[in-house]
Amino acid sequence: MSEVADQPRRATRVERTPLNTILAAVRAGPLFILVALIIAMAILSPYFLTERNLQNLGAQTSIIAALAIGQLLVIIVRGIDISVGSTIALTGVIGVQIGMTDWGSSGFVVIVAMLLVGLAVGTVNATLIVKGRLLQPLIVTVATLGIVRGLALVISDGTTQSGLPSAVVWVGNAFVGPIPASVVVVGLAALAMFVFLTRTQWGRWFYAVGGNPEGASRLGVSSNRVVMSAYMICGVTAALAGLIVAGRTDAGSPSAGSLMELDSIVAVVIGGASLAGGRGTVGNVIAGALILGVIRNGLDLQGVDPFWQNVAIGTIVLLALELDVLRRVLEERVRARSGGGR
Amino acid sequence: MSAEATDMPKVAADGPPPVLAVSEARKSFGAVHALNGASLAVHAGEIVALLGDNGAGKSTLIKAMTGVHRLDSGQLTVDGEEVVFHSPADSRRRGIETVFQDLAVFDNLPARANFFVGRERVAPSWLGRLGFLREREMTREWQRYVDDLEVVIPDPDQPLGVMSGGQRQAIAVARAAAFADRVLILDEPTAALGVRESGQVLELVKRLPARGIGVILISHNLEHVARVADRAVVLRRGRIVGEAVPTAENHELLVSLIVGAQYA
Repeated sequence: MSEVADQPRRATRVERTPLNTILAAVRAGPLFILVALIIAMAILSPYFLTERNLQNLGAQTSIIAALAIGQLLVIIVRGIDISVGSTIALTGVIGVQIGMTDWGSSGFVVIVAMLLVGLAVGTVNATLIVKGRLLQPLIVTVATLGIVRGLALVISDGTTQSGLPSAVVWVGNAFVGPIPASVVVVGLAALAMFVFLTRTQWGRWFYAVGGNPEGASRLGVSSNRVVMSAYMICGVTAALAGLIVAGRTDAGSPSAGSLMELDSIVAVVIGGASLAGGRGTVGNVIAGALILGVIRNGLDLQGVDPFWQNVAIGTIVLLALELDVLRRVLEERVRARSGGGR
Repeated sequence: MSAEATDMPKVAADGPPPVLAVSEARKSFGAVHALNGASLAVHAGEIVALLGDNGAGKSTLIKAMTGVHRLDSGQLTVDGEEVVFHSPADSRRRGIETVFQDLAVFDNLPARANFFVGRERVAPSWLGRLGFLREREMTREWQRYVDDLEVVIPDPDQPLGVMSGGQRQAIAVARAAAFADRVLILDEPTAALGVRESGQVLELVKRLPARGIGVILISHNLEHVARVADRAVVLRRGRIVGEAVPTAENHELLVSLIVGAQYA
């Protein structure tokens, strides 16, 4: 490349101290946990690494991952969205309702409508929190969790109804080569999210707003609109999860997605994002979702009582939080060094 | 003693008009008269220190000059031309930048990303805010500024949170300096820093006038003011009570002006 000659020189040499190396390892913590878990599960069960099981694992994880990449955006801007599990139910139920109308045979129409349901829920959350100045997103989205779940029950009359266009069923069940379609779809969504967060100006602003909302506003960043967009996108990714859930079962259930909001938050936290905001990457969050999936799948294969899975996942969450504390301690050391030296 | 206490800031009679000036500024908050006809002017290439006790009106004056507050009465000029700033964005558009005491830095972003927050270079333009970050261009631009201002940041890809207070403040000052075409206002840039770090930041401040901009420095530390400022203006009870060249000999004069003691 011709630009190489122009490449600016570094002001000074970057030191590779042991401290920096440890810090880099801690920051990549979720990946290490994931690899360790995979090795452990593979040793414990020969069935774990079979194609059939990995497909199963991928399909299960794709739902959590879809929720988690949206949740990540909200958590980066210091928020939280508890309503995503209910959104899964509402999108499925409304998908079936539209499936029964004249447009129901068009997979495109139904899929777009289902995603718009998620966008609508996200927009309501965003409007309440930003425009309505309800500064406690936890309580606001707990309220909308109840409202959205209630609407799903009202619309479906409390029953699970089947009948979705083949395109939706395809997303939930088909394979692209050996890979489940849901994994491909969520993989593409995650890739888009990665590019958005790391390569675009609006994505950079998520981190700016999460790091220092007032400072960002002072520098001309439209903080409120950034926060609103986080909830709106999170609604859409929740609807994507709802689409996969509905497609897998070819049905819309008003009880679908219960407690999945917690899975999404757990995946983001295991992935090293801070609930204090400003921190977290798509890659690590996908790793967090996979950690959840591997624990559940692996323990299932071992025939471990499912109740123990909750204990295992809780332990991993605490481990992730401790890693975050360790990271901060190490960063403090690095700072002390850069302040004292030179 | 060569210093003189005047009611009006010195304005060169024949030279170019000040890059930023406010005259006869009045501002009240309810019954409190924060500004009582204060006047201040800064010329390109000079550092003016604005001194005053707590509550003297320094912050109000600065906020009035940058569009945060609207004046009740008084005149604001940029390059001799009367202006009205409706918001801080208005003043920024005129090349006036402010570094506030509580600095607007982002501990979670790398030093270089901090530099460009709100002004990232993006392409293509039709994507607007969704445009892609032009990292290479920003790296080049960043390098030019930090070389220019001799700011030493060992690894600009590290989050700012792991850097020292001096480096963080240096980034905030350098960022404002890079985007200030006319005036840079520094509100207590050394307040939270140790001796060595204060030194780094003051050295940086000293190099700013060479860029052809005017600098207004608010500080409580007369020693720091003496090290960098060309003249010191003292604000008391919302009006300018005097002005002096901040030298060691004038230290006592300035202190008495600040506290309002009688000076023989």
